[in-house]
Amino acid sequence: MAETAIRKREGEVSRVEHTRDRWTYCPNVDILEKDDELLVLADVPGVKAEDLDVEYENGLLTIHGKVEPRQDEEKTRFLRCEYGVGDFYRTFRIGEGIDHSRIHAELKNGVMELHLPKTDQVKPRKITVKVQ
Amino acid sequence: MLFNRSDWMAPFDELRREVDRLFEGFGRRWDGGLFEPAFPAVNVWEDDENLYAEAEVPGVKREDLEVYTVGDELTIKGRREPCSDEKVSYHRRERGTGEFTRIVTLPAEVKADEVEATYRDGVLTVRMPKAESARPKRITVKAS
Repeated sequence: MAETAIRKREGEVSRVEHTRDRWTYCPNVDILEKDDELLVLADVPGVKAEDLDVEYENGLLTIHGKVEPRQDEEKTRFLRCEYGVGDFYRTFRIGEGIDHSRIHAELKNGVMELHLPKTDQVKPRKITVKVQ
Repeated sequence: MLFNRSDWMAPFDELRREVDRLFEGFGRRWDGGLFEPAFPAVNVWEDDENLYAEAEVPGVKREDLEVYTVGDELTIKGRREPCSDEKVSYHRRERGTGEFTRIVTLPAEVKADEVEATYRDGVLTVRMPKAESARPKRITVKAS
């Protein structure tokens, strides 16, 4: 069962402090390496495409998804409250060899798919072994 | 919920996490492991006419989500497909995949045939009109 891993990681909060006085959560991510790109998948439920900020600068990848409260937290009569709603924030140091200009992201059903294409230099090249 | 804290709080965070972990399974059905937190986490709130439940299930396709209500029980079922591409290597794998079922007991009976569920941006919201017997009724106080 995968139950634990889809949960929000409440225990891990980013070290960087924000000016907005809001809860911040650390999204669960998968980082996959393919031949031609790194693929980052991040669970950011409730984030709309226009509220998702992805920046890549000096090898530092920052994901910031803004989430407005979906209910009025003061007035709502909660009967069960198992998770909190707030922004998602996480940063990664990504190694060399990413082609900045071709980075692109998609958002689907609350999951961000971030494509970090490799530069040609670091792509694996198949070397043909010649028979002598 | 957690705040951004300063470093000196770290040992307390650690302790809090340990305590949370110990008590996480309490009051839950015996359908999972003892300390396995139930997925998905569910928030429930109400107004006079309706009960509402919300769950975050990112990456689940709408057609893979099933929502049932029977009496005062809400069931949320679904599955999240793993990455189908075989030619990848994982640097990190924190996002779980597979099937899940969560049954939540509601504080009142609901009208099962009028329940509405919406799924947007990975968030499932269920609106469940309360059964007549569960709605608040104002009682006129008579003067004697």
